[in-house]
Amino acid sequence: MGEVKGFIKYKRQDVGHRQVEKRVHDFNEFDLPLTPDAIRQQAARCMDCGIPFCHGVGCPLNNLIPDINELVYKDQWEQACQMLHATNNFPEITGRVCPAPCESACTLSINDEPVLIRHIEFQIVERGFEHGWIKPMPAPEKTGKRIAIIGSGPAGLAAAQQLARAGHDVVIFEKDERVGGMLRYGIPDFKLEKRIIGRRLDQLAAEGVEFETGVEVGKDISARYLHKMFDCVCLAMGARQPRDLAVTGRGYENILFAMDYLTAQNKLCSDEPIEQAKVVTAKDKVVAVIGGGDTGSDCVGTARRQGAKKIYQFEILPKPPENRSPDTPWPMWPRVMRTSTSVEEGCERRWSIMTKKFSGYETRVGRLHACEVEWIEKNGGWKIKELPGTNFVLDVDLVILALGFLHVEHEGLVGDLGLQLDEKGSVTVNECQTSVPWVFAAGDTVSGASWVATAINSGRGAAAAIDKWLRH
Amino acid sequence: MTLRLKNQGLYETRYEHDACGIGAVVNINGKRDHSIIEYGKEILINLRHRGAAGADEATGDGAGILFQIPHEYFAVECEMLGFSLPEPGQYGVGMVFGSKDGDIRKACDGVLESAVTHYGLKILGWREVPSSNDCLGEIALAAEPSIRQIFVDGNGLKNGSLERKLYLARKRSERLVAEKVGEKGEDFYVTSLSCSTIVYKGMFMAWQLFAYYPDLADERVKSALAIVHQRYSTNTFPNWRLAQPFRCIAHNGELNTLSGNRNAMRAREKKMASEVFGDDITELFPILTPQASDSACFDSALELLVRSGRSMPHAMMMMIPEAFGPKYHISTDKRAFYEYHSAIMEPWDGPAAMVFSDGRLLGGTLDRNGLRPCRYLVTTDGLAIIASETGVVEFPPEKIRTKGRLQPGRMLLVDTIEGRIISDNEIKSKIARQRPYRRWLDENRIELRGLFDTPKLVKSDPRTIAQRMRAFGYTREELKMILTPMAVNGQEPVGSMGNDTPLAVLSDKPKLLFDYFKQLFAQVTNPAIDPLREGLVMSLMVFAGKKQNILDESPRHCRQLKLPHPILSNEDIERLRAVSRDDFKVATISALFDADTEKPAEALRRGLDSLIDSAEKAIKDGASLLIISDRNISQTKAPIPSLLATAAVHHGMLNRGLRNEAGLIVESGEPREIMHFCLLCGYGANAINPFLAFESLDELHRQGELPADMEPIQIADNYIAAIKKGILKTMSKMGISTLRSYTGAQLFEAIGLNRTVVDEYFTGTSSRIGGIGLAEIAQEALARHTSGFQQRPSGVLQLDFGGEYHFRHSGQRHLWNPTTVSRLQHAVQNNDAEAYADYAKAVNEQAKTLCTLRGLFEFVSGEAVDIEEVEPASEIVKRFCTGAMSHGSISKEAHECIAIAMNRLGSMSNTGEGGEDPERYTQEANGDSKNCAIKQIASARFGVTLNYLAHAHQLQIKIAQGAKPGEGGQLPGHKVTEEIARLRYSTPGVTLISPPPHHDIYSIEDLAQLIYDLKCGNPGVTVSVKLVAEVGVGTVAAGVAKGNADEVLISGHDGGTGASPLSSIKHTGCPWELGLAETQQVLVMNNLRDRIRVQVDGQLKTGRDVVVGALLGAERFGFGTAALVTLGCTLLRKCHEGACPFGIGTQDPELRRRFAGKPEYLQRFMYFVAEEVRQLMAKLGFRKFEDMVGRVDKLQMNRAIDHYKAKGLDFSAIFCQPDISDGRAVRCVKAQPNKLEDHIDWEILKQAQPALERKEKTVIEMPIHNTNRTIGTILSNRIVSKYGPAGLPEGTVKIVLHGSAGQSFGAFLAPGVTLRLIGGSNDYLGKGLSGGRIVVSVPEGSPFIAHENIIVGNTLLYGATSGEVFINGVAGERFAVRNSGAIAVVEGVGDHGCEYMTGGTVVVLGKTGCNFAAGMSGGIAYVLDEMQLFDTMCNLDMVELESVWQEHDKELLRDLIGRHLKWTASARAKYILDAWPDMIGKFVKVVPIDYRKALQKMRAAEQRDTETTPATEEVFS
Repeated sequence: MGEVKGFIKYKRQDVGHRQVEKRVHDFNEFDLPLTPDAIRQQAARCMDCGIPFCHGVGCPLNNLIPDINELVYKDQWEQACQMLHATNNFPEITGRVCPAPCESACTLSINDEPVLIRHIEFQIVERGFEHGWIKPMPAPEKTGKRIAIIGSGPAGLAAAQQLARAGHDVVIFEKDERVGGMLRYGIPDFKLEKRIIGRRLDQLAAEGVEFETGVEVGKDISARYLHKMFDCVCLAMGARQPRDLAVTGRGYENILFAMDYLTAQNKLCSDEPIEQAKVVTAKDKVVAVIGGGDTGSDCVGTARRQGAKKIYQFEILPKPPENRSPDTPWPMWPRVMRTSTSVEEGCERRWSIMTKKFSGYETRVGRLHACEVEWIEKNGGWKIKELPGTNFVLDVDLVILALGFLHVEHEGLVGDLGLQLDEKGSVTVNECQTSVPWVFAAGDTVSGASWVATAINSGRGAAAAIDKWLRH
Repeated sequence: MTLRLKNQGLYETRYEHDACGIGAVVNINGKRDHSIIEYGKEILINLRHRGAAGADEATGDGAGILFQIPHEYFAVECEMLGFSLPEPGQYGVGMVFGSKDGDIRKACDGVLESAVTHYGLKILGWREVPSSNDCLGEIALAAEPSIRQIFVDGNGLKNGSLERKLYLARKRSERLVAEKVGEKGEDFYVTSLSCSTIVYKGMFMAWQLFAYYPDLADERVKSALAIVHQRYSTNTFPNWRLAQPFRCIAHNGELNTLSGNRNAMRAREKKMASEVFGDDITELFPILTPQASDSACFDSALELLVRSGRSMPHAMMMMIPEAFGPKYHISTDKRAFYEYHSAIMEPWDGPAAMVFSDGRLLGGTLDRNGLRPCRYLVTTDGLAIIASETGVVEFPPEKIRTKGRLQPGRMLLVDTIEGRIISDNEIKSKIARQRPYRRWLDENRIELRGLFDTPKLVKSDPRTIAQRMRAFGYTREELKMILTPMAVNGQEPVGSMGNDTPLAVLSDKPKLLFDYFKQLFAQVTNPAIDPLREGLVMSLMVFAGKKQNILDESPRHCRQLKLPHPILSNEDIERLRAVSRDDFKVATISALFDADTEKPAEALRRGLDSLIDSAEKAIKDGASLLIISDRNISQTKAPIPSLLATAAVHHGMLNRGLRNEAGLIVESGEPREIMHFCLLCGYGANAINPFLAFESLDELHRQGELPADMEPIQIADNYIAAIKKGILKTMSKMGISTLRSYTGAQLFEAIGLNRTVVDEYFTGTSSRIGGIGLAEIAQEALARHTSGFQQRPSGVLQLDFGGEYHFRHSGQRHLWNPTTVSRLQHAVQNNDAEAYADYAKAVNEQAKTLCTLRGLFEFVSGEAVDIEEVEPASEIVKRFCTGAMSHGSISKEAHECIAIAMNRLGSMSNTGEGGEDPERYTQEANGDSKNCAIKQIASARFGVTLNYLAHAHQLQIKIAQGAKPGEGGQLPGHKVTEEIARLRYSTPGVTLISPPPHHDIYSIEDLAQLIYDLKCGNPGVTVSVKLVAEVGVGTVAAGVAKGNADEVLISGHDGGTGASPLSSIKHTGCPWELGLAETQQVLVMNNLRDRIRVQVDGQLKTGRDVVVGALLGAERFGFGTAALVTLGCTLLRKCHEGACPFGIGTQDPELRRRFAGKPEYLQRFMYFVAEEVRQLMAKLGFRKFEDMVGRVDKLQMNRAIDHYKAKGLDFSAIFCQPDISDGRAVRCVKAQPNKLEDHIDWEILKQAQPALERKEKTVIEMPIHNTNRTIGTILSNRIVSKYGPAGLPEGTVKIVLHGSAGQSFGAFLAPGVTLRLIGGSNDYLGKGLSGGRIVVSVPEGSPFIAHENIIVGNTLLYGATSGEVFINGVAGERFAVRNSGAIAVVEGVGDHGCEYMTGGTVVVLGKTGCNFAAGMSGGIAYVLDEMQLFDTMCNLDMVELESVWQEHDKELLRDLIGRHLKWTASARAKYILDAWPDMIGKFVKVVPIDYRKALQKMRAAEQRDTETTPATEEVFS
């Protein structure tokens, strides 16, 4: 462990950010990393609990957090880096974008501030790249088995890396022009600069992973072909089917899905070729983001950087409590009021708002009609009730729907393979294996939309299952 | 008919214990007289409280007497029978027990007769021994044998040579009866067959011995000496032969090393040769009768040594050597004598007061620890009396020449022919110089110069080290939590919160074979030793090599390798391997087996066979050291688990008669933690080289995991130091002082190994529930081997984490895990029954994830009843209590919260070992009470005052605790806040030490005495005794029941703790399921269950746990960890760091503010559990809880479990129900008999009424005897109950007593009472003194010099908190042990004076023994040091010495001596005061170092009264 009573001696020191006025003018990352001394103090706060809830229930990857903290405290960064990578293929990504359920499960979070786990992770992996500790780890022996992975998001990449290291030949098929999936096109640059993905992909390539981009399996090549060419297939194409808003006026063209909006900006940032028609900017516009989640926040931050005049963010659920509510007790991921950095940058947030319809001129939306609601518990479920007299109308120039994702897209490959689906529309698996024995699945495809860390863990799980199945 | 104890259920006969009172009387001039027998009778009768009675309260455990053959009497008797006796010394008399069945008896007697004639002796005739059995108890009567005497003519032989023939004849007859008559002949027993002494004994209470044998009353029966013995055993089974004395000795104590001694004796037989026996020697085998008791075995071994030519004192010195370590001032020759003999024989170790006689010499000796009392007295007319107590025979003062005590390791000898007492020095120096032992040693002992110097750099290959570490099962956690602390601090690592991982046999992970064993430890029947403060008696020195004929002495006997300790560095072993001398060869044998196999079991067996064969071959080729090595593991060769290899070679060589031909050294990659080394030694290894552990440390250092500034040499040194300390500690838990006797003693219990493996390789080890066999052992070894030699995929860590100590996702399972902790907390905080159900389900459903034995139990469903009919939860919760957690180990807030909750429920909370704030005895305004119903009495007696006793509903004597049975503890100074210090009567900032044993419980009869004391301290209170489950706990519980305890608590091995060495948490004791079931079985078998309640605790978590406990026999249930979890604990396992962020396990004010627990949480938990119990009761068909107790028929094993290891388990022994067809109770149905009825205090109380009623000054005067125990305590209780802890005004009651006081004189004496004793006293005077005054002075007219004579016994003022004591004479060992406030003046003390003292003032006006002030952390002692040698007697670890120069010191000292003079009229005091200016310079002041610092700081703080910082903060900063 770090220091006995380190948690009393040192207070939690959160990561600083570039000033709002300055950072909203570019799309670059804005975290200001802690100094090495400060990091060591933060690591010293870890108590190396007999039951590390951070590791046991918090972290989806079960990172060996207490051990890693101790190594950092002891200045053994290289070993920390090695240990971090033992459970997490891409700590540079989780170290940036993970909501850090580990921290809300930290024992200290019960009556104090949790250990700064995510940022310690970030520092380790960045130092690792800086010092060249993160090297390709090709398999010592090849098995000769071939595996196709569909989708290059966190789950697909993690599965690919694990399988390559186990000695298998791995090909990733990605329908987009570049590799990364949600990491590349969903997460804005100010949270994850795309060079971060690049250096990791170099490692994967050196370990033998092949990438086939711009190939949509099910369209460009058939499932049958895959079966013929590969020993097995792992589906990791995410859960891209967005939840829609079925209200009058939904058809206006300046009402976008968040993913389309974010993808466009991400491509612009990376100088990727993009059809002009798909470029929608918020510059000088009044923007309404519908949906109060992380994606919604990303849209707010993007719109702010594009130069929006005014940004609203509406959430249909009630405002969460300031502190952890009893229905999500420690060490669970709490329902609690969170204010993202994007919201800090300027946005009017409202809760318990239901959008009732859109109106506009010709093809473009001009007004959003909404009201306040209350949630009533009934027969164990929750019902929405409009609050009378709360109707309001708002002039808007751009509406972004960030209502979450439903499930994997059923059209194409999933349909072609005839995979069994669950009631939510996700692919059903048993130990990562789908109803078709040679097809495995991982990530959001299986779980529905979730965190990056969950996806990486799922990819690792699928890789282990595939490896076992292939060796069996 | 002998009702022999039989192993059944979990009960094993060999764990029976006994203890007792002993005595001897001798006419120094050898004058034979009947009065000697009468004195013997008097001694025995006055020691009766040291014996015990059986379930019928009329059958004694045994008593007997040994004396010289009364020739005069027998001559007449024999004439009447028609035969004449030759001259004394020319005939032998045998006292023979036989069957009541005439035919069987005849057959046996015939065997004896032919054995006698076989040796050329002549049968003179038989005599029926007159007896009158109407005095006997029912049980004794049922077992009564026929008793006859055989008279044998020596046919010209006499004395020594006749004695030898008689010995041969007896041994031959014993063997032949067993062979020819078989089991029917088991009543046949020759108590003695000798031409000089005879033994009368049987299953008696003391008085019955003399009523039964009219011979003993006959005036013509004359002897110059007699030895008597009164037994207290842990069972109620009748067995006449177990009574003592045996042929040579009577023993009070217990030999812990018996199994090792037995094996060693067996190993020696092959080489035994003696001129005096010639070929007949084989008649003597086996030397030790199988299944005989420890004392009987000792007697047999001693007899052999004596009959083959050594003198009895010489043989005694071999078998019970005194400590001869560097701290003892003894002569070089004597040290050489002991060292030489340690190459020949290991000590028979354990507490022992022995009296012995060969008919001419009579002697007494004490073991090196001196843990048994032995007092002697010599009269002016030439009588010497030796006994467990003083005052057993009363003499007028003017007839007493000297009074003394046997000191640890010392001997007292009376030669009746020379007519004098021979002092210890004289006997020993004579024997030590009878041969040139010193020269023999110098010329032969092998020390290979430099071999065991500081270890040098260890070479390791970093490329393959991970591979090897995996192959030997290393985990990252072990490196971090075990090896690193050992290497950095030289200490064994410490942890907290108990153990919640599965037993090895239930674990999915491949476990090392070591993990299938649990350490045994001493509880109650013998004391643990303190390896830190009393380490001077201990030794790790071993001799390894070829052993010679034990019946002979020659220089070659010590031609062996002498090791100062058993750990060899990697360099040592290489050097050793290189040795090649003609008379000292070293051979390495390989402990590997084929890894590449389809049939692991067969491969392993082949490996073992070849290992044993190569050992034999090496020995036959002349090797005197064997190195069992697994260094050469490879892809194709896996290591045989080192323990298996060692035990296999050890037993293999034993069976082939070769074990004594060579020493065993283990060179293995496997051992790394302390338990491993202890096991290897315990199963026969003489030394161990843990090569991979050294390499791993090297690797850790290379990787920067160890402090960079540490030298590799220092790392290895520290590691070895930690192992050494750990081995010493493990030995000490068992009460064993030397590694020589620990080696091969097998003091372990196997859990989860099947019979075949145990019988073949671990012969003699208990393994009661079956388990895995060779196949699974091989499978686990191969799993490790595969993991080692298989390439790890890229990116995977080289070592797995482990997760044995801390939870890890992919590691070992834990019952406390994120789910259970969080669901339980949610349940109690929100009163959420559903969350509790989740929690209970996660704990209870262990069918898939096995963790505990009870997880594998299944209920036998009965006819369900409606839950409405089941006893309400409000009644069930009354059976619950919380574990003993002290205020100190947990915060005030948590401690009080628990008390409030439990009091609201009508349940009981427990103070733990830390005293209690008297403020808590007052009820709160809202009706709540913070007074703990159970008050604990632990070894350091912190805060145990009379007032504390008076406010208890139950007093609990903590003998052991689950997390670290047999060990002491300490509360580091920084945790001793002002508040804690106040409650514990100590000084803030000064470390507090709890010794491993209670210094007033060295035996079962001592426990009975403490129970008696406590009941006097609060008449009407119930007393419980806390034991920890281990094999044999049932017999201890039976002894506890016989000792008048009202409740016995069986704790599981896994119980929580604030701080304990990890090896103790993991490897000591056994699950409560076993301990509880055994306790229930043994209590029922002995028909003692009816009078004692049984409580269980140890990781109890749910209602199911409670129901399982009840069915196995428990009536009450303790919750510890679970209770803390309800109050916020999340098992950080950091209690020992004091950094609990929830304000529970901490004294830090800032953290205590964080405490967020509420009594309601704990109340809810108890109700949730009770409701779960009700549901199960309804399902099982029980309406009343009590009906469920002991219904073991309602349990069965879950057969559906298909776990590759668990499937070999067999629980039939747990589910065994003893025969209860006579309707005996299986639960407590009646109270213990009231033993206080005849207490002398009732009389004192009558006379003290004026004082009690009206505070009038009262003087009472009366005679007393040693049987009057615990005088003044009931009176004190009445005073404090009426007037509060301040008692009566000074000088109100004065009681003058004449005679010898029994034990615990003036225990817990209250203020206002003065006990004035004119005479002497036994042990434990002033125990827990709570403000009273005790004065002991010699009667007028005593001729002896007071300050040279022992006047009071051992262990005075133990745990005294206030009051004063003046003693006009010398006290025994451990004077003022753990005194925390009393003032005492004494004129000399024995060893270990002022041990663990934390406060008070002691003045010693004379000599002290060694080890003065060991562990003394507070208080002041002034010692008159006339010889200026005191510093050599004092343990200077914690104290400093200075002269008395400050005025206030001088004044204080003078004042105290003045008062001593005033109270006792001490000549010594007068002499000193008269020469005050000369004498003051000779005093030495003993001040504890920390104490001085703390006092200075406090004084400084007091002076800075403007400062806002409280003094305590200064102190513990």
